[in-house]
Amino acid sequence: MKKLLILGAGTAGTMMANKLRKKLTRDEWDITIVDQYKTHYYQPGFLFIPFGMYSAQDVIKPKSDFFPIGVNVIYSKIEKIVPAENQVQLAEGVVLNYDYLIIATGTRTAPEETPGLKDKLWYKEIFDFYTIEGAVALNNFFKTWQGGELVVNIAELPYKCPVAPLEFVFFADAFFTERGLRDKVNITYVTPLPGAFTKPRATKMLGELLKSKNINIIPDFNVAEVNNDEKKIVDYAGKEVKFDCLVSVPTNMGDEMIERSNMGDDMNFVPTDKHTLQARDYKNIFVIGDAANLPTSKAGSVAHFASEILEENLMCAIEGRPYTASFDGHANCYIETGYGKGTLIDFNYDTEPLAGSFPFPGVGPFGLLKVTRTNHYGKLIFRWLYWHILLKGKEMPIDSEMQMAGKKL
Amino acid sequence: MSTKSLAGVNVDVNEEGYLTDASQWTKEVALAIASEEGIELTDQHFEVIDYIRNKVAGGEALTIRGINKSGVVDAKTFYQLFPGAPLKKATKIAGVPKPVSCI
Ligand SMILES: Cc1cc2nc3c(=O)[nH]c(=O)nc-3n(C[C@H](O)[C@H](O)[C@H](O)COP(=O)(O)OP(=O)(O)OC[C@H]3O[C@@H](n4cnc5c(N)ncnc54)[C@H](O)[C@@H]3O)c2cc1C
Repeated sequence: MKKLLILGAGTAGTMMANKLRKKLTRDEWDITIVDQYKTHYYQPGFLFIPFGMYSAQDVIKPKSDFFPIGVNVIYSKIEKIVPAENQVQLAEGVVLNYDYLIIATGTRTAPEETPGLKDKLWYKEIFDFYTIEGAVALNNFFKTWQGGELVVNIAELPYKCPVAPLEFVFFADAFFTERGLRDKVNITYVTPLPGAFTKPRATKMLGELLKSKNINIIPDFNVAEVNNDEKKIVDYAGKEVKFDCLVSVPTNMGDEMIERSNMGDDMNFVPTDKHTLQARDYKNIFVIGDAANLPTSKAGSVAHFASEILEENLMCAIEGRPYTASFDGHANCYIETGYGKGTLIDFNYDTEPLAGSFPFPGVGPFGLLKVTRTNHYGKLIFRWLYWHILLKGKEMPIDSEMQMAGKKL
Repeated sequence: MSTKSLAGVNVDVNEEGYLTDASQWTKEVALAIASEEGIELTDQHFEVIDYIRNKVAGGEALTIRGINKSGVVDAKTFYQLFPGAPLKKATKIAGVPKPVSCI
């Protein structure tokens, strides 16, 4: 029996298990997937929890609901990968061998990287919303908060779902307006980027949206420390921003297991060929999802598009053929803008987000770089698609390769 | 792209003033770019510049985190040496491309 081993059963690992169980015959290939947790979190739903739009129950399901028949599932912490021996060590000395390995261990928040962030105000007046614990704690805080300086700060690049903190401030604007508190809540978006986003057109569009909603933006801010006593964040240049409530997107890093295996860059992301998805240094290892160091967004949609490429290229590798699929970095992100509306960006390694319609040229129904009601429904429908189509590795009605049709240059 | 005279030699630069050919870089060129940026280069600046040129030559990405852990300078000092936008300024003076941020 040959062995395929998948590390991490989040969005990407689960998709790959479903896809590959259909592709690889059961009498020849053993497929095993390992994860430390039994619960699958729908992470995009974390954004909605602070504002009481979703509860914790709305974003969790047992992982076991999503594995196909015929895949071995192991719930255990992964200690390290020993690529030279085609081996993975789990907790308590269990060792797994593999012929091919897929790394899908994602990224985690690392608040400890910023001095003072995880200190005495943590989950009292300082929160994150990238974990279920943080999102729920913030929901409780907002229930009774009477207003003040609300500061949203991104600690470091890259971070997963780069639009999420923007959506957060748009939601906060609507939430406090509806509660009649908006004149008491000053919202400030503090980012290491030179503007609201990376690329010119999306930055302009989103920057104007922030302005129209009376949300301040402080760009080029690289936080050095959080001062809990004086309730301010300070950057390396000495710039200070005061807060009454700080919502942080902490440093995102690959899992420590990657570091223990000596396989990561300085943020524990695995160097990966951006087109083939093969690990740079290992022929029989592929990387998918947030764990890879690809120069595109870390997002579920990206992992989904990449899964089709990885499926094809893994088959090429197994059958000894040259790679036939090439990943273009395609990302597709719905952005909630509050009041039941949203916008949408679609881009890849080479093409910045452009205006137009999606997925059907001229027809839509979704509008690119436009604020529409339909885009908001797109985001809500995404949760259903995620649980029922995406995780199960079924076909989605969207091309994995980014399309230029429908876009305006 | 255009040609510019710096420290008495002609170098190729892009529209933002970054050298497009790292091999045209010399210490004198660095001093000239730095003075345009209002920075007077010291030995410590040059240690950082060497580090940056080596990193880029090795195909590695530059980050504030990387500089902070480099053992050459910490992030605070890096900001003091190249005030304002340190990565942008330091790369310009080091004659390497401006770092891109991908998110
Ligand atoms: C607030 C928020 C909003 C988001 N919104 C969107 C959105 O609107 N659209 C979108 O496309 N994406 C969105 N995302 C991003 C999306 O959720 C992630 O990009 C996606 O889940 C990445 O999938 P992954 O499989 O790479 O990692 P994950 O799904 O995080 O899975 C990694 C798995 O590996 C396991 N693991 C890691 N290390 C170990 C170890 N040592 N031992 C055992 N198991 C281990 C973990 O337990 C985890 O189950 C959002 C994310 C957040 C946080």
